[in-house]
Amino acid sequence: MVSDDASHASQAKTAVAGPLDNLLGIQGTALSLHRARIDQIASNIANADTPGYLARDIDFEQALQRAAGSADAGVDIARTAPGHLNAHNSAGAPATQVYRIPLQPAQDGNTVELSTENAKFAEAAMRYQATLTFIEGRMNTLKTAIKGGE
Amino acid sequence: MSSFGIFDIAGSALAAQSVRLNAVASNLANAGSVTGDPNTVFKPKEPVFEAIAVSDGQSLPGVRVREIADNTAAPLKRYEPGHPLADPEGYIYAPPVDAVEQMVNMISAARSYQANVEVMTTARDLTLRTIGAMSR
Repeated sequence: MVSDDASHASQAKTAVAGPLDNLLGIQGTALSLHRARIDQIASNIANADTPGYLARDIDFEQALQRAAGSADAGVDIARTAPGHLNAHNSAGAPATQVYRIPLQPAQDGNTVELSTENAKFAEAAMRYQATLTFIEGRMNTLKTAIKGGE
Repeated sequence: MSSFGIFDIAGSALAAQSVRLNAVASNLANAGSVTGDPNTVFKPKEPVFEAIAVSDGQSLPGVRVREIADNTAAPLKRYEPGHPLADPEGYIYAPPVDAVEQMVNMISAARSYQANVEVMTTARDLTLRTIGAMSR
């Protein structure tokens, strides 16, 4: 059932991929990568007080290039125990995570600095909105074309 | 629902930080619980955080309280022979609760809690805006 759904979804994607991909360009990929980055920073903020936690971020430029297929695919890390974390970001692209360099390292090995993460989170949210606004604009353009300018 | 994983992550942090706030409240509430026996005196509670995958298939770690450890510092010994709970030598034992440390812990927990609420609010706004953009 799951595989049926998946193949159905991929068929649907191939069916509409042409016009919609041309319409949105790389913005659709960018939106999901911004989303992945927001998730990553949210995870950092959640672990602001976890001893030994290393803050990570997504190298957006590299991730976008990789998602667009212009860079090599990178390496996957296998999960061999139930407690292991996935090496994929939530956009499904291979990991392009980078460690944050702390300005003032903490004694407990945690490298999350709440002020930095808050700033990065606001930035990522703003970029997401910018991309979303662009997509909305394109959608409206398409809608205007469909309705014949009404 | 992987696209709503951010709510699981921020939610796990809210839960963990509220456990921390509760521990601070418990420690402060028991700061004056004196006994005449050093072995039964209240031990301040210290939650230990751990990064962990909060939902199946979620790639990014949330946080959980792995354990609530007892602070092993020696109880504070005071000579108060008139105290009703004093031991035969006239000593009473108070928990090693440092009020300043607890307040700092409380402020830190409250700030982290706020930061995660902010994350949730932003994530909600963005999600609603995205759904709105696609359904108009």
